[in-house]
Formats: sequence, structure tokens, C-alpha cells
Amino acid sequence: MAYEMLSGSQAAAAAVQRANVDLVAAYPITPQTAIVETLANFEAKGELGGDFVSVESEYAALACCYGAAAAGARVFTATASHGLAYMHEVIHWCSGARVPVVMVNVNRAIGAPWCLDPDQGDSLSQRDTGWMQIYCSGAQEVFDTVLQAYVLSEELLLPCLVVFDGFYISHTYEAVDVPEKEKTLEFVGEKKFKAQVIPGAPANLHGLTTGDNQILLVKNRHETMIKAIDLFKDVNKKYEEFFGRSYKVVDSVIPPGSTTVFMAAGATVETIRWALPELDDCGLIQLRMFRPYPAEELCAILEAHEVERVIVVDRNCSVGMGGIFSQELRAALYKMEKPPVVEDLILAGGIDLTVEMLHKALEPVNEDRLTDQKWGVDVR
Amino acid sequence: MKTGELNKDSEMLYSGHNACPGCGAALAVRYLTRALGPNLAIVLTASCWSIISGMPPLTALKCPILHCPFPSAGSVGSGVKRGLKATGQSDTTVVVLAGDGGTFDIGLQAMSGAAQRNEDYIFVCYDNEAYMNTGMQTSSATPFGARTATAPYPLFKAGQKKDIMQIMAAHGIPYAATATVAFPDDMENKLKKAQKISGFRFIHILSPCPPGWGTESSDTIHLSRLAVSSGFFPLYEIENGVTWRMTNLQEEKRTPLKEYLSAQRRFKQMDEARMAQLQQEVDHDWDCLMEKVVTCPSE
Repeated sequence: MAYEMLSGSQAAAAAVQRANVDLVAAYPITPQTAIVETLANFEAKGELGGDFVSVESEYAALACCYGAAAAGARVFTATASHGLAYMHEVIHWCSGARVPVVMVNVNRAIGAPWCLDPDQGDSLSQRDTGWMQIYCSGAQEVFDTVLQAYVLSEELLLPCLVVFDGFYISHTYEAVDVPEKEKTLEFVGEKKFKAQVIPGAPANLHGLTTGDNQILLVKNRHETMIKAIDLFKDVNKKYEEFFGRSYKVVDSVIPPGSTTVFMAAGATVETIRWALPELDDCGLIQLRMFRPYPAEELCAILEAHEVERVIVVDRNCSVGMGGIFSQELRAALYKMEKPPVVEDLILAGGIDLTVEMLHKALEPVNEDRLTDQKWGVDVR
Repeated sequence: MKTGELNKDSEMLYSGHNACPGCGAALAVRYLTRALGPNLAIVLTASCWSIISGMPPLTALKCPILHCPFPSAGSVGSGVKRGLKATGQSDTTVVVLAGDGGTFDIGLQAMSGAAQRNEDYIFVCYDNEAYMNTGMQTSSATPFGARTATAPYPLFKAGQKKDIMQIMAAHGIPYAATATVAFPDDMENKLKKAQKISGFRFIHILSPCPPGWGTESSDTIHLSRLAVSSGFFPLYEIENGVTWRMTNLQEEKRTPLKEYLSAQRRFKQMDEARMAQLQQEVDHDWDCLMEKVVTCPSE
């Protein structure tokens, strides 16, 4: 084990540096900038091992990755907030074109007004673009997930978004086990995916098609992405063998007798984990993989522990409906015979989660409320 | 190869493509692929050529075509070239193909970024002077006075056509040139010259559009020639943003612009005053060009 003190951003960059990436397309945006800066420093020292290009926008960064991946290159870019929103069209395009792009998004609120705090609305706004989405709760997990994302992405030919909270994770330092490059390269492996652009081979790549053909392509993408849940398990089994660590698509800490669980994705998971000892009879569910959505795994955990109440900590809000992770959970539970009540603690704007909030979230909700929502600002 | 001399082996545009009869853009791409092929990869953004290229798995060209979102061509071209280099295929010529919308308007930022980085590919703009694929809506390449679907009579395109060549020259790119379909030798010479240069190269091809311009399909070459002879679309090249060179001999006295305009229905309602205004503009641009030009071809 070779531990280094790394921020989440540095951990992401360290993983990219150890994955034999052919091309990094870079554009700065707070709170992501440290990722591309760290990669630039690798490049400056001749340690990146691939091409590094500073482009003129996030849109260009992802478009450049699309072109390079279509030509058979392993690629990386990172962004946040407005940058991710600006990429939106290319995000869809990369998935439709089946290029294995790996991208990091560091959660940050989207304006107006300008706000730097880690609202998750940026990545959740890209929910339906056909990318895998994995949420990390710490720097070690960021490092490990970025490496694993290349394996998932290249195996399924679907792009993968690795997500973590701005500042809480991107700017917070922790001891990260950074394995030798030789070993990480062995884990990630050589590129197995085929180039689409092959000089000398005529091909009309991603040209106009009909709805009748498009539905088949979408169905194929959907069925392929579902496979990521099982593949994630296999990849982590291998990761465990290589590095002695592994993750699940959904993790849980549910002490016996707990009937209430908090569910979260990203940095708030660790706040809840820390507070669990003083929250009587409460458990924790960490949603790590968001796309594909691990509905069966979630239901199985809730059923096994006979959970009666889930309080979802949503550092986001779909205005006019509520927290997005809670909506997704409710949709997943309808097949359960005795589904738990799902409540929502909304931390939109990326506000801090405090232990006091968790205590107040446990108080019964007002029965007059149409939905079971509490706003972070009202319970702190 | 001389005009009219056909070598079937070097043709890369298949018959049965989806272009309208008399399409200048189809001719332009035929000439450019013939000049640059066969080791060629094309990045194609939303434009008439998205349709002309055919519906996959069919294809109109004997080389790979990678379609991309409308504003992204300049960036995707960078990626493809760098990706091919990374996978050991540095010798492939990468062409980014865009219409005037994908160059002058929505694609300008990506193209400018790539030009500034001196990305190693050829950006080819086939300019039919409006959004023709969606039915002749105004672009910033539409000439003053033209009627379009978004400037219907009595409206007309009010501003001047954007001077894309000056913009590209200002980037200091190794090579930029104008070309048009009535002068295939000139076009092929420029493309072949561009191919030998590394870095960002820009070719601006005026491509008459019969349905959009309101002309007979048989008039495409005639119009392309009139555009040049009137000085509306001079043929020249620029090296490193500083060395400007005419590549086509101009008569002492250029043909009147009116002859070019009157042949097209899009200028049908253009009155004398506006025609005179556009003539004045063309004269002014011509004078500015002559100030920059270092050499002219002699007979």
C-alpha cells in the first residue's frame, strides 16, 4: 500500500494517469479545475503518457473526446455545473455513438444566480442521456471508481460519468492508496474496443436514421446498460483481488432492529455514517450507482431489513416535484408488497448536512403536506 | 488531372447520393475527396451533406464519415486527428466538412479554437449562403439583399456577408484558400497544396444551390463562374495569415454584379439602389483584397 494525501480531484487525476489514457481534453471550471491542473502537471513532467489538449470550452472538450474515442483512443475529461450543462448535446451524442468516454463531474449548483456549492442538479440533469452515473463519497472511492469506469465503459461501449461533491470531496484531502501504475494498467487492461473511424474503410457513422431503427438502438443501449449492475460486481471482485478493496452498487449499514434508514449519494453518506451511533435505530443506504438504477438491489435490502421508513437526503431538487433521488426510489418500490414510506430531506443549493438536521428529519412529517418533504433550511 | 479527365479509380463519391440536381456541394465534395483520397477521414457536421451522405448502412463516400453535433465539428476534428495519431495512423488526412451555418455561425467557436491551436486537419466550408438543408433560412454567410425563408419579401438579408477569410487569416493559420466548383483545377490544386502542409488549413468553397438560390440546376457552373468574374467571390489563397495571392486571373474590368444577381430568384425583388449598394460593397472588398495581394497570376 502506498498512501498519498490527495484531494478528491487529485485522486481522480491520479487514476487517469494510471489508466494509460491517450487523450485528455481540458477546460477549467470551479470546483473541477484541480483535476485538469493535476493532469497538466503530469503532462509537464512527462508522466501523463498521452496527449493533453487545452480546448476553448467544455462543449469542445467532450466533442474532442468523442472524436478521439471514435478513432480508437482512450479519453478523459472533467467538468462541473454549467460546464456539464453546456456539454448536454454532446453527452447525448456520445452515448448514442457508443463511445467509451470516461468523464468526471464535480457537483456544483447551476445558476442563476452564480453559486459554487455542491448541488447535485448538474449531474442529475443528465440522468436521461444514456451515460452510466456513479456517485462517490470520498477520495479513495474516486480513485478506484475512475479506474473501474474505464473497464465498465469499454466493456459495454457506454460512456461513464463519475460524480462527486464539490469542495466536500474535490477539495478535501485524505489518505488515498495509490497503487503502482504497473498494477493499475494490468487491472484496466489494453483497449479492447474497436475504432469506428478506420481509414480506408467506408462507413457512414451515426448518419441519419429512422425512428424504426432508432428504437432498436435505444433498446440495445438500455439492455446493455442494465448489464452494468452485474458487471460492476464482477469488476469489483477483480478489483478486490488486485487491490484489496471493493464496492457495491448499493451499500448499506443497517443495525439489527433499525426500521428507519437514511439514503444518500455522495459526500452526505459520510456525514450520516458518522452520525449513525447517535441516531437511534437508524441505518444508512449508500446509492453508488445511479444509472443503471439498481432497483432490485435496493428493494432486496429494504425487504431483508423490513425497513419501514426511508429518509432520502437529496442535495438537489427537481423544482415542481422534489428531490430526485427520492422520486427515483419511490418509482423503484412500487413492486414491493410492503414498501416503506419515503420521505425527503432537500438540501438544494448544496447546503451543509448537519447532525441536527438528521435528528429533525426523524421527527414525524406534517400530515397536511402533499409530499413528505422537509427542506434543509427549515430544519437547521 | 485536367478538367473533364476522369479517372474512375480516384473517384470517391458514389453515384446514387442524395444531393439535389445541380448541387454545388456535391460537386465540391467530389472534387475534394478525389484530390485528397484515398487515405481520408471526414468529420461531417449537420448540413446538406448529412442528407447527401445517405442513410446508414448506405454511404455516398469511399471513406469513413463521422457525423457530429452541429456546433462541434471543429472540436471533433481535433479529436479524430489526435485519436488517429494516438493509434499510429498519423498519415491519414482528416477533413472537417461543414456548411456555412456550421462554419460562419454555430460552428465558429469550435473552428476558431481549433485554428488557434493549429490542429492538424483541413476545415472545408461548402458555402451555399444560407441554411439550405432546412429550407433557405438566413445565415451570416447570406449576402446582403437576398430573400430567405426567415427574410421573406418585402424583407431581405440586411447585413453584409461575414468575411470568414479575414477571420481565418487573423488566426495566422498556415493555409487558407477560396475555391468554387466552376474552377475544379484551382480547387484541386489548393486542396493538394493544403494536404502537404501540416497544421490548420481552411478551404472556403462557394457552392451554388439551385433550389435555394432559385436557379436552374444546369446553371450551377455558370453562376459559380459569374461569382468569380464579378469579384463577388474572388479566388485566392493566404499563407500564414500574411501572404495573400490571387490564383485566378481577373479581367481588367470585372463583370457587373447585376449579371450575377439577376440570374437568381433570391435577388429578384432587389431594387436598383440595393444592387448598387452591394456592388459598392463588392468593389470595396475587392480594393481591400488587392491591397493585401502580393502576386497575381499572369497569363
